Amino acid sequence: MKKEFKASIIKAVNDANLTGALGKFSEAYKVNRAKAYQGIDFEALRTAIAGIKSNAADDLDALAENFKKNAEALGAKVFRTRDPQQVKQYILKVAREGGVKSVVKSKSMATEEIHLNPFLLENGISVAETDLGEWIIQLAGQTPSHMVMPAIHMTKEEVADLFSKEVDERLSSDIPRLVKVARNELRPKFLAADMGISGANIAVAETGSIVLVTNEGNARLVTTLPRIHIALVGVEKLVEQFESVIPILEALPRSATAQLLTSYVSIISGPTQNDDGTPKELHIILMDNRRTEMARDPKFKQALQCIRCGSCLNVCPIFRLVGGHVFGGIYTGGIGTILTAWFDELQKSEDIQGLCIQCGNCTQVCPGKLNIPEMIMEIRRRLVLEKGQPLVQKAIFGVVNNRKLFHTMLRAASLAGKPFTSGKFIRHLPLFLSDLTDGRSLPAIAVEPFRDSFRKIKQPELGEKVAFYAGCLIDFAYPEMGVALVKLLNKAGFEVTFPEAQTCCGAPALYNGAYEVAAQNAVDNIQVLLEKEVTYVVSACPTCTVGLTHEFIKTLETLGQTQWLPQAKKLSEKTLDFSTLVKKLVDEGRLSFKEGELLGKVTYHDSCHLKRTLNVFKEPRELLEKAGYQVTEMFECDMCCGMGGSYSMKLPEISAPILRNKLKNIKDTGAPIVAMDCPGCVMQIRGGFDQDDSQVKVQHTVQLLVDRLKD
Amino acid sequence: MEAENMYEIFKARAEGVGAEVHRFGTRGETVDFILPFLRKAGVTDAPGCFAVWADCPFLGGLDQQALLEFPGLGFEVSRELAAQARVGISQMEWALADTGSLVQDQSAVEQRLVSTLPSIHIALVAAGNILDGKSALFARINPSTSRYIAFITGPSRTADIERVLTIGVHGPERLIIIFVDELEGKKR
Repeated sequence: MKKEFKASIIKAVNDANLTGALGKFSEAYKVNRAKAYQGIDFEALRTAIAGIKSNAADDLDALAENFKKNAEALGAKVFRTRDPQQVKQYILKVAREGGVKSVVKSKSMATEEIHLNPFLLENGISVAETDLGEWIIQLAGQTPSHMVMPAIHMTKEEVADLFSKEVDERLSSDIPRLVKVARNELRPKFLAADMGISGANIAVAETGSIVLVTNEGNARLVTTLPRIHIALVGVEKLVEQFESVIPILEALPRSATAQLLTSYVSIISGPTQNDDGTPKELHIILMDNRRTEMARDPKFKQALQCIRCGSCLNVCPIFRLVGGHVFGGIYTGGIGTILTAWFDELQKSEDIQGLCIQCGNCTQVCPGKLNIPEMIMEIRRRLVLEKGQPLVQKAIFGVVNNRKLFHTMLRAASLAGKPFTSGKFIRHLPLFLSDLTDGRSLPAIAVEPFRDSFRKIKQPELGEKVAFYAGCLIDFAYPEMGVALVKLLNKAGFEVTFPEAQTCCGAPALYNGAYEVAAQNAVDNIQVLLEKEVTYVVSACPTCTVGLTHEFIKTLETLGQTQWLPQAKKLSEKTLDFSTLVKKLVDEGRLSFKEGELLGKVTYHDSCHLKRTLNVFKEPRELLEKAGYQVTEMFECDMCCGMGGSYSMKLPEISAPILRNKLKNIKDTGAPIVAMDCPGCVMQIRGGFDQDDSQVKVQHTVQLLVDRLKD
Repeated sequence: MEAENMYEIFKARAEGVGAEVHRFGTRGETVDFILPFLRKAGVTDAPGCFAVWADCPFLGGLDQQALLEFPGLGFEVSRELAAQARVGISQMEWALADTGSLVQDQSAVEQRLVSTLPSIHIALVAAGNILDGKSALFARINPSTSRYIAFITGPSRTADIERVLTIGVHGPERLIIIFVDELEGKKR
């Protein structure tokens, strides 16, 4: 990670204005968005949009040609190009031929993408951004920090300073007054401009129409007052049919700003007359800039389903801390990382791809059904292929891939860690050979790993067997969770097996782009876990569970190691996470809880993989209630705790404030216990409370349930 | 959906985004509302205080000469006049109940000038032209004959400074919607 990048992160997370504005917005957004979608079947809507956009991406060339034909039949001039340079030359040519001295622009990310403004200015043409946020950042000489709200990082005081300079008068920071100043300053520019430049939110091939969605009314002026109108449109905005506009218009304002509809929508089909009676010159530029290449890449085609609402930014736990500028490019956030990797180059995304903690929040709200975390993983994989693994990581994964060596080192670490142990925590956990901890203590490596404890638990010889997949954290840091799980399964009448040759689930390697390592981990575990016939394979770590049920298959598919797929699928079918299995056993009457005792309040933290990949969140709550606890919900119960595996060690600057928020939300419930299903989250949150000197007990659900079972 | 019901839903949604909604039986009653409104809004024949009224079916069958007696009110629409107008008046064809939006074919530029440049826009709508929403609308609009289809939902707004909702950036800061029962609806 480059030094300047780290520095930009530290600057951003310490910018109280930025984190304050973004934090408040992101908290309000969730509520308002839900309200805006009331009465709408979001899943059906986004499935429709994803289908429309995916079909369009199948044949962008034909759609673009059809659009050109139909728009030209109406009198528009359509220019198609792959090359951003040609876009600029075309606009300059039109401007020169039309004697254009000044341009007004409405918001267009595509023009930002090709850095149009400096180009026009260099060529002696004045350019005014007219979207308020864009105008603010134009005056400030900055780039947008958010796709929909370009100046969200600035305070009203900063805006007042900028405007004061512009109008040469000392202005107060009264927002309505500042907005009036913008109206008055920009109005003469609209009236005088020779050319208006806009983007487009949708382009309809069968009618040659462009659709503009705005709130301020500037796009209506930009497309009405100047005698020449140029619309710069990325080809991913194309849809085939006019009816396709409907679902996109349903979703875009709701997802972008939680509005039912923006103040203005304009559907422009061919040139109209100017107010002096002359025909308007309408040019539409369809720009490719690697979009077709993207459409042909099976892993990235889905990126073209994006409707640029920015909701992925609004729900991202990282974005709300760092804002858009750390992303360094025009497009920001998760989707921005992907677009930067393509529109600029893969290398440009090297640092920023590491910002994604893989929590999956964005996948829940995306109206185009993009799986952004998955695409970012693919970027990681390709970067590793191109540049190789960093040396330190290579050394770590070399160890992880050699089970015996790995386990020997973990045992050695248990001894080496001893002198630093204070209670249950040490400052430095050599688990991933990292020494970075901030705002959080790390657990000591257990004196006796689970694999040793397990030998001492006499297993009943029963017909039905469950194989326990412990994962590194339970095996070496929290063996007591494993012991509790075994006790619970024995009570339900299962014999538990612990195949000793099981090894790391591969998540650390996978999330760092080291797919070959992850694949080897997958194959090792598949062989071991399917060796003996068992009814279920169970894991008490959601990340491991997702490995066994989802990632093994995906990793092997990605690498083309198809010979292992049938067995990977078999393992996936047998594997259950802890809460799902226990809920099933309770429902089947194989387990029941002691009755009549009230155990008080507990709050539940949803782990990312459990909630969003495995879709399990009701089960643990029901089980806790049945056991006698009263579940009290915390604010943002399913927001990531900031652990993210090695993320918390690579980017402690970001992980720490996310954790602080989580701790606060837990404490605010007043519950003395917080439960969760993930040992990784336990490590993060327990470590946080340890440094915080708090009395809140952090427990894996299994530990709360085990003693409440009837014999 | 029933007509009355749709009107109520429209009204609630439009008011929810800051529009003002009225309803009158006849053209006459509507004019009786508009003229005092213009007076109160400060419309005069001084630049910056004009009212511009774009040609529309509502004006058919009205004594336009009598209306012209109102100082500052005119039916001629140019960029200069609209830029100096405080109030713009036009007729919008459709109202969408589910989002509180108005829709019109604004291919004729004066329709856009009166609804973008002045700080107050008065939109007249045939009460019979309220539709459920976009699906019903899209069956009735045609981009091959309408070159500039405009949707207007509430006044112009921004939240670009500190996410504070502020009304009236580049477009009108007030949107007055008047439904007129007497106007012939085209809804089929």
